[in-house]
Amino acid sequence: MTSRPQNLQKNLRTEALAGYRKPDRDTQPDYYYPPYASTVKRSPSQPLVILPTTLSEVTGPLFGYDVIKANDSDLTKQGNGDPIGERIVVSGRVLDGNARPVANTLIEVWQANSAGRYPHRRDNHNAPVDPNFPGCGRTLTDTQGHYRFVTIRPGEYPWRNHYNAWRPAHIHFSLFGAAFATRLVTQMYFPGDPLLEYDPMYTSIPNERARQRLVSTFDWETTIPEQALGYKFDIVLRGRDETPFENDMKLPG
Amino acid sequence: MSLQTTSSQTIGPYLHIGLTWLVTDNLAAPGVSGEKVAIEGRIVDGDGNAVNDAVVEIWQANAQGRYAHPEDTQDKPLESAFKGFGRVMTDNDGVFRITTIKPGRVPAPGSGLQAPHLNVTIFTRGLLKHLITRMYFSNEPANDEDPVLQRVPAERRQTLIATPSGGRPGAFKWNVILRGERETVFFDY
Ligand SMILES: [Fe+3]
Repeated sequence: MTSRPQNLQKNLRTEALAGYRKPDRDTQPDYYYPPYASTVKRSPSQPLVILPTTLSEVTGPLFGYDVIKANDSDLTKQGNGDPIGERIVVSGRVLDGNARPVANTLIEVWQANSAGRYPHRRDNHNAPVDPNFPGCGRTLTDTQGHYRFVTIRPGEYPWRNHYNAWRPAHIHFSLFGAAFATRLVTQMYFPGDPLLEYDPMYTSIPNERARQRLVSTFDWETTIPEQALGYKFDIVLRGRDETPFENDMKLPG
Repeated sequence: MSLQTTSSQTIGPYLHIGLTWLVTDNLAAPGVSGEKVAIEGRIVDGDGNAVNDAVVEIWQANAQGRYAHPEDTQDKPLESAFKGFGRVMTDNDGVFRITTIKPGRVPAPGSGLQAPHLNVTIFTRGLLKHLITRMYFSNEPANDEDPVLQRVPAERRQTLIATPSGGRPGAFKWNVILRGERETVFFDY
């Protein structure tokens, strides 16, 4: 958001912990973005207070394979029968801002069914619920940061943000990374979706290239013949400064 | 090589589908040492209306002031039964409840110690990025020397401090105001 005031930077000179770099400002949405109506009453109006990096931010919850069950990463195998819709494989890598793989990190996903309906008491869209599609999954990345889900291509769905508002097809992603500082919740979109340019969530990201990084790409390599199309979606979590000393070198005075 | 961080998007109204499986509302499992605390809070929006579709996550040190994470190399005991992670959903009234132990003090940047605190994230529909805040404890002398609280304008510090509730031992109240008068302090780093 704002750059650190001078006196604050001086205090950081004695700090032994390397911090996590902030994303370029235009690659992240602002909290207040009136085209997405819910932001108007729910976004903070005061400027954020800039924290020093402390042990609290460079540590964070870590999860192991004990939390994952068989079929947690295959959303087509969680009901008593086959869900309706087009099977797809969604895979990719989780990297940090220094292009290093984020290994063994928990990814949680959830999505609408092929008709654009969530099995949720607050979703009253009149599209059918699919009893064989709970619509959620989770996995851990491997040592190279790779992950893979099998699922059903989600449908677009209407919402009441503005007249004739429709969400582009999307899958919700939640990631932890190595530290409290790297927590990320985002959404994956599909290539060529005509609804993207009308979607205030997508357009809340000022930088066009950053937006496009939320759009998965069709991928022959992971497409399974006669079974499922493959989509690739790589995710980058905040990168860590190499050492705090490098930073100190750049300080004036 | 440097890569841009993936853009954040809202968690949306249907977060429960993907996140309820990992709800952890009691970190004070049998055998965990420390002072048990029961925290109750209500999240409201800029009109004072309940935010009934939020998820609150906490990250904290154990009673000795050590985080269950390889980056914390302090010579203090770890407890296998204490992970330090909590996740709770707000109910129809915007209320969340979590039981844990009061964390010990962890090192401050440079030297000294931070006051006992929970690191808190809030995700909800209408937040394009999650909010980051901290919860401290009232009647805690260490608050006066905490380097993070010092950085918060004095008139807004109270928004980060949980207060004893209902005369019950260990019960604390900590409400979160997303916007408007007496808005909670949120952080970036
Ligand atoms: Fe959605």
